[in-house]
Amino acid sequence: MSTASVGELVSQPYKYGFVTDIETEKIAKGLSEDVVRLISAKKEEPAFLLDFRLRAYRQWLQMDEPDWAGLGYPAIDYQNIIYYAAPKQQDKKASLDEVDPKLLETFDKLGIPLSEQKRLSNVAVDAVFDSVSIATTYKEKLAEHGVIFCSISEAVKEHPELIEKYLGTVVPCNDNYFAALNSAVFSDGSFVFIPRGVECPMELSTYFRINSGDTGQFERTLIVAEERASVSYLEGCTAPMFDTNQLHAAVVELVALDDASIKYSTVQNWYAGDENGVGGIYNFVTKRGQCRGDRSRISWTQVETGSAITWKYPSCVLQGADSVGEFYSVALTNNRQQADTGTKMIHVGPRTRSTIVSKGISAGHSSNSYRGLVQIGPKAVGARNFSQCDSMLIGDQAAANTYPYIRSQQSDADIEHEASTCRISEDQLFYLQSRGIGFEQAVSMMVSGFCRDVFHQLPMEFAAEADKLLALKLEGSVG
Amino acid sequence: MIRPDAPVLLEIRDLHASVADQPILHGVNLTLRAGEIHAVMGRNGSGKSTLSKVLAGHPAYTVTGGSVRYRGEDLLALDPEQRARIGLFLGFQYPVEIPGVSNLEFLRVATNARRQEGGEEELDTFAFEDLVNEKLQVVQMDPAFLERSVNEGFSGGEKKRNEILQMALLEPVVAILDETDSGLDIDALRIVSGGVNHLAGPDNATLLITHYQRLLDAITPDYVHVMAHGRILRTGGKELALELEQRGYDWVDAEPAVLEAV
Repeated sequence: MSTASVGELVSQPYKYGFVTDIETEKIAKGLSEDVVRLISAKKEEPAFLLDFRLRAYRQWLQMDEPDWAGLGYPAIDYQNIIYYAAPKQQDKKASLDEVDPKLLETFDKLGIPLSEQKRLSNVAVDAVFDSVSIATTYKEKLAEHGVIFCSISEAVKEHPELIEKYLGTVVPCNDNYFAALNSAVFSDGSFVFIPRGVECPMELSTYFRINSGDTGQFERTLIVAEERASVSYLEGCTAPMFDTNQLHAAVVELVALDDASIKYSTVQNWYAGDENGVGGIYNFVTKRGQCRGDRSRISWTQVETGSAITWKYPSCVLQGADSVGEFYSVALTNNRQQADTGTKMIHVGPRTRSTIVSKGISAGHSSNSYRGLVQIGPKAVGARNFSQCDSMLIGDQAAANTYPYIRSQQSDADIEHEASTCRISEDQLFYLQSRGIGFEQAVSMMVSGFCRDVFHQLPMEFAAEADKLLALKLEGSVG
Repeated sequence: MIRPDAPVLLEIRDLHASVADQPILHGVNLTLRAGEIHAVMGRNGSGKSTLSKVLAGHPAYTVTGGSVRYRGEDLLALDPEQRARIGLFLGFQYPVEIPGVSNLEFLRVATNARRQEGGEEELDTFAFEDLVNEKLQVVQMDPAFLERSVNEGFSGGEKKRNEILQMALLEPVVAILDETDSGLDIDALRIVSGGVNHLAGPDNATLLITHYQRLLDAITPDYVHVMAHGRILRTGGKELALELEQRGYDWVDAEPAVLEAV
């Protein structure tokens, strides 16, 4: 096979690898206290936020990059990264018509039309391009219900009291190395606020697009659901193909008060690097939800298919009595991808319950680990956890690991853990083939069957997409 | 039904095959014409199941010599899925379980793959449900089985009935049934053999691979072949099966072969 056709084959599955040629405003490479101040100044932030950033930065200087995850990658040079880049755009746009058409076109190509006529009918979208929010749809309609959905920069300006009240209260600025870095330099992200008693009338979604090759990506998302409020939120991510690695260190914080419910879904499809592991996103993300109120509920669903490296443990702190945490995950790795992902369920309040369903699929030469913690505190009387961690291996070069950690300080807690590993067997494939089903379709039927419990948790509009995405990712990985 | 002028559907000539470098088939010859039911009998290890796997294209088996023509076409050159689409069917001795894949969806995809090959239009979910409900009668299967994962948690008899259901949907030209009777109780055997008889017609051929006479009490073969050491050593009518039942397989080895192929 000629080099050209091999190249075509390999790049074919990743159809989001294009770069948009757009003028951006960037600051010089490197990180220092001055850079932190510069970012804050550019965003015209209030003093409390600059203070937050500086505290984070000073803490970060004292911290070491974590190395317990068993991921292998060359040392990241934090001075060789640009910490602020934004598409040049004079002022905040009053309407979408004024947004650079190139940006609208980019999101069109990604399947996220933003313009009035074409937008998704029941999903409000915040489009984030190189860590800067460029547009949010359906803002007015949501405002009628009292729902705030906007970029976090905008929220800082328009609702500073809410930001000051909640930012950093779930993931403190010194929580971990990458969270501290994010707290120091975050550029944008989404803010969602659902007031007391409101059920958000539509799906909310943020689409993160990395465009730039040498810029770090540091988004910050904050979602607050007040008493009896509920919301379903989805994030999608893609990036162009570069042969260098880009650092992505995001922080997501969720707060659920009494009887509130937040459902957070992710379809992560950052560029994963090529078949030799060249290029791809380093994805070091801290996501945590706090069930602060009684009977509150936070549910994470993630479909992780991209990134060269994934380091991500969406967690729930179950503080309120009878609160519920859920984690449903599909992580697929192929070629040289490495994923170390899982969750933490911290049971603090009485009768708190958590469910973990994790499905790892490893193909090619990839490595895929589930790492999870179930912790039951001394006051968590009658706490319950159920965990199920299944791994599927495709081919004989891939690795799957499961690291479940259980710590209980409650004698009557009920903790169940099930784990399984399977390999797609030649006989299963042959069985499907002998009924006229092609090899690749047979594999994708089995993979989506394996993931079904998780896909059922995704908002309907995205379940089919996720299925297709997995099939694409596996193209050519077998046989 | 033997008709000397009926078209040849499958023609196996001097077929040699091995698995993991171990030769198993040492020159099999066999011809199936439209309308015929053949039974291949033999001891464990005689090569019967290997023959069925080789015909269906299992990747673990390597053909080392000979040819197989399916309606004149070189069958061995085709992928397993292509063989199925043009009308070759293998009913498995041990149907595998495929957790997570819905039986209904599996049957629909398989049926449509076969239909598309024949230039028929794909059936949508509703049209397919009508068809599958009709075919369920052939094997007296409960529609509840459609909602489950492929063969998962099915009893031995339910798995075999599911095989015949697939056969009924795919309407094969050549059906190979590998030890379909193994593990069946009397009732299941009656249902399964009833299904096979119902599906056998003047335009297709059936190859039954079996150990025991009892299946042949329910399905009357036109020819009985005895396999040993990777070859067909003897061929006769249905009375040959009865003779085997009475005398066992030893005499086949002892007496020189009279007839090898039809």
